[in-house]
Amino acid sequence: MNIPIFVLLNLLKVAVVTVIFLMAVAYTVLLERKLVGRIQNRWGPSRVGPFGLLQPLADGLKLFLKEDLMPSAVFRPLFIMAPIIALSCALISIGVIPFGENIRWHGVDMFQIADLNIGLLVILGVTSVGIYGIALSGWSSNNKYSLLGSLRSSAQMVSYELALGLSVIGVVLRTGSLRLRDIVNLQNTHGILSWNIFGGLQIVAFFIYLCAAFAETNRTPFDLPEAESELTAGYHTEYSSMKFAMFFMAEYANMITVGCVATVLFLGGWSSPFGDLFPAFGGPVAQALLPVFWFVLKVFSFLFLYVWVRGTLPRFRYDQLMGFGWKFLLPIAVLNVMATSLVLAFHG
Amino acid sequence: MLCAWTVSLMQTPNYFWNYVPLLLQILAAVGLSSFIVLASWLIGRHRPGKVKLSTYECGMVPQGDARGRFSVRFYMVAMLFILFDVEAVFMFPWAVIYRKLPGITGSRFFGFWEMLVYIGFVLVGYFYIWKKGILEWSKDQADL
Repeated sequence: MNIPIFVLLNLLKVAVVTVIFLMAVAYTVLLERKLVGRIQNRWGPSRVGPFGLLQPLADGLKLFLKEDLMPSAVFRPLFIMAPIIALSCALISIGVIPFGENIRWHGVDMFQIADLNIGLLVILGVTSVGIYGIALSGWSSNNKYSLLGSLRSSAQMVSYELALGLSVIGVVLRTGSLRLRDIVNLQNTHGILSWNIFGGLQIVAFFIYLCAAFAETNRTPFDLPEAESELTAGYHTEYSSMKFAMFFMAEYANMITVGCVATVLFLGGWSSPFGDLFPAFGGPVAQALLPVFWFVLKVFSFLFLYVWVRGTLPRFRYDQLMGFGWKFLLPIAVLNVMATSLVLAFHG
Repeated sequence: MLCAWTVSLMQTPNYFWNYVPLLLQILAAVGLSSFIVLASWLIGRHRPGKVKLSTYECGMVPQGDARGRFSVRFYMVAMLFILFDVEAVFMFPWAVIYRKLPGITGSRFFGFWEMLVYIGFVLVGYFYIWKKGILEWSKDQADL
């Protein structure tokens, strides 16, 4: 193996994926504003560029030019570190997700940054570290709203982390591997029928994952940390300029990551929903890019669901939120694990 | 057998190379985040003032320090999280090896019964905290 070429190609891959990911984050914000606008019978952003397509860039530029306030009561080191932790954790977890078939070029996997045999654990671990960003931002701000928001958020995220971790165990039981490519390859046989959500009988696990993921990313109906009506802006009340935007970017990046993980674990990853029903067409390039198309389509549907839910459901009350996580999701997640293992014991 | 397999995997020269791309991704993510913080500090102009830099409390004069005492329930949730997360973490290696267990132990239901016993113990604790009222956030009947 040629080490400099290996490192250089991987660096290139990291750069390309990160740039695409950041653009996806920016345009998810636009997608959400547009869709929520239509749900509420208005247009959403429509002034900057055609159909408001340049709106995310204008917003980013504006936020860069804003005054970066450092309130006098904050604890500076943690106040600066919190958005860095939040955003970098959100950007790291994309590094283990496979977007397409394992096609190698100079020995480098083109559609995945790092193919690890503990890929799933890396995602769960990095997401957990992301909680520190929110917890520290609230504490270091020395603001009552921030502290309450970050306390709520930390408690909510650790509570739903349990259900999230248990819901993926059914998939691991079926695959016998934590490598995300193995998980997808097992679902890549008979189209939609072999996806874990249907063929693997993981539809309950998918529901648990969905609820837990909405809570983990602090999205409606679980957006208690940012409940505007009671906490002004929650944990990022004292942040301004790009430091504020970084929490926003981290939230949307986490949404996309959660969509990717749901796609990989339950919806067959890059596999086509039709299986081998249609004969292969096109050259090798089309053959390589078609799986990426299916992957992006599935992630996009997941993001659409996120926005749809936000435009539809009201916010939970805090005791309802904790009760739902601890008294409903956690028991059915354990039951799902036992049911899956019983079925697998019978079928071998 | 498993142990020997793990050792041979570790000794393969290519094994740790799998982690190099992830390391690059971590460096890129941290670097980009730090760059954004630095750039936003350098680009935006600064006109600080005493009132502007005071804690934001919706226009009122800030009262006292925010780092006071808060509800003990948050501590309880953190402790329960650690207990139950250990349970979840324990289930991952079991889940990975589950389909190979019949071949290793000779019994189809060995893995299932073992985990059922473990989950039984955890569920006893779960129903204990439920009955103690730790999970009730709206009613103050918890024996804290």
